[in-house]
Amino acid sequence: MSQVKAAPAPRAGERAGVGDPARASSRRESMTALLFLAPSLLVFLAFVFYPLVRSLFLSVHANDIIGQPTRLVGLENYVAMLTGPEFRLVLWTTFWFAALTVVPSIAISLVLALLLSARVRGIRFFRTAFALPFAFSVATAAVVFSVLYNNVVGILNGLLFDLGLPGLNWLTDPGIALVSVAIATVWLQLGYDLLVLCAGLGAIPEDLYEAASLDGASGWRLARRITVPLLAPQLFFLIVVSTVQALQSFGQIYILTRGGPSNTTTTLVYSIYSRAFAFGSSDFGYASAEAVVLLVVVLVITAIQFGFLERRVFYQ
Amino acid sequence: MSGPLRAILVGAFGALPRAILYLVLAALVVGIVFPIYYMFAGSLMGPADINTFPPSLVPHGLHLQNYQTVFDIIPLGQQYLNSIIMASVITIAQLTTATLAAYAFAFLRVPRKRLWFGLFLSTMMVPWEAIIIPNYLTMAEAGLINTYLALTLPFLATGFGTFLLRQSFLTFPQDLRDAAFIDGCGHLRFLAQILVPLQRPALAALGVFAFLGAWSQYFWPLLVTQSPQMQTIQIGISQLKSEDTNDPGSVMAGVVLAILPTLALVVFGQRFVVRGLFAGAVK
Repeated sequence: MSQVKAAPAPRAGERAGVGDPARASSRRESMTALLFLAPSLLVFLAFVFYPLVRSLFLSVHANDIIGQPTRLVGLENYVAMLTGPEFRLVLWTTFWFAALTVVPSIAISLVLALLLSARVRGIRFFRTAFALPFAFSVATAAVVFSVLYNNVVGILNGLLFDLGLPGLNWLTDPGIALVSVAIATVWLQLGYDLLVLCAGLGAIPEDLYEAASLDGASGWRLARRITVPLLAPQLFFLIVVSTVQALQSFGQIYILTRGGPSNTTTTLVYSIYSRAFAFGSSDFGYASAEAVVLLVVVLVITAIQFGFLERRVFYQ
Repeated sequence: MSGPLRAILVGAFGALPRAILYLVLAALVVGIVFPIYYMFAGSLMGPADINTFPPSLVPHGLHLQNYQTVFDIIPLGQQYLNSIIMASVITIAQLTTATLAAYAFAFLRVPRKRLWFGLFLSTMMVPWEAIIIPNYLTMAEAGLINTYLALTLPFLATGFGTFLLRQSFLTFPQDLRDAAFIDGCGHLRFLAQILVPLQRPALAALGVFAFLGAWSQYFWPLLVTQSPQMQTIQIGISQLKSEDTNDPGSVMAGVVLAILPTLALVVFGQRFVVRGLFAGAVK
């Protein structure tokens, strides 16, 4: 316990006159710190950084039928991808799917949040009802919707039938399959968006409203001039996070449509899956090139968010 | 929310007749709750209700066999256990590794701290799907496919959780920490006996977040499990559907069983869930 006496406070070493015991203790502190970081670093090294390098490696190599990289082909996989007709459809589907999920879920939940912030009877009931989809994972939600969407005995077509309308091939009509998958995704996402926005509403200081209303602002003007601008951080957060999430969607597509019909629901991630793993396919080269594209797209979007978060966290 | 804010927001919608407000809300409630209602109702329906056209909206009689049948189609009990094991291991491991790392970042002198911290943060930016192929190959090469190790190893650390805990640890009063050290407290003892108990809310939030995340994973467990005995409940449920048993009632029963724990959490422990989810939102 002698070192405790020698270095009453570890930060003493930070000051100008660094005594030897202090330096020793600071070295020990650094060692401890690195030891504490080590478990996380090992996991990241093995399952994030090494795979990143290997993804790049795979993407510039050809591979044999079982996926073993054979020879360096430079950008051939990328060229094949970018010039092929398939990839353009995949990119289009991916961004269209993101738009179809992000915009409706945020728009609906914004309206809901504003409605719920008005004086509503039974607000707890509504809150709980809207929060229920939280309990679902992508897989459980997709399975429930697959039963609802069933075009032979599904309840949705049953309801259309009751209304005298023709049934839809929800998941097998190339024109609407992507929308059907998006509906299930919006359903799953809505409750989360709503909670974020409600929390944002609750955090708006009341004196702001008081000041504004003293200045004669009221009603929609308040909502437009104060509520929505002050919700901007939450809205921005939701747009970024749910866009990234939409770009990474896989489970609902796998369960509901397997990328079909005629590839109309094959998003980037589903394409990676089907190139690399589906039906014994092991085209790791091409799939890795697609993975690098996904990485770049998500990095760009997240970088924007990080710049933003940094401001919020440190300069708030 | 109360007082003036509420009054003013009422003003925002004051122009809307109450009836319309409730109508819109009711429509949205029906839209959101209907799939959940039909999941429960369908799980009690026999083929005569749910496997005919048009299907019935309400069950006629309780067809509880569905809950039996689902166990015959997939090893639901074992898969439940697999999910619990996987999610618990990941949660406990993430809490441990993130606490240690966050402690170092918050309190200790780390050479090149900014660089290390940036490295941790950068892991949050990498979409898992972009590195899933090499990770799969790693597991295949190590012969770990179809094991708990494959299900858990890649998720034993968390950049996000470290960030979250560090932010929370930074609010810990430095004087208190100095006092503890003057009393001869070492790093680990300080962590275990003082910091962790006082940081329970942040740790609980991360715990819920980690558990729900692990519990609902789909892509990775789909890749690294092969036998139904090793599959997680999420995979099992989706196989149930693709088994094409022509038995939507049993499929719904399976989903109900799979969802009960998280549903209970949402209904009875909403505050915890909100806190856990908000771990991700309000940084």
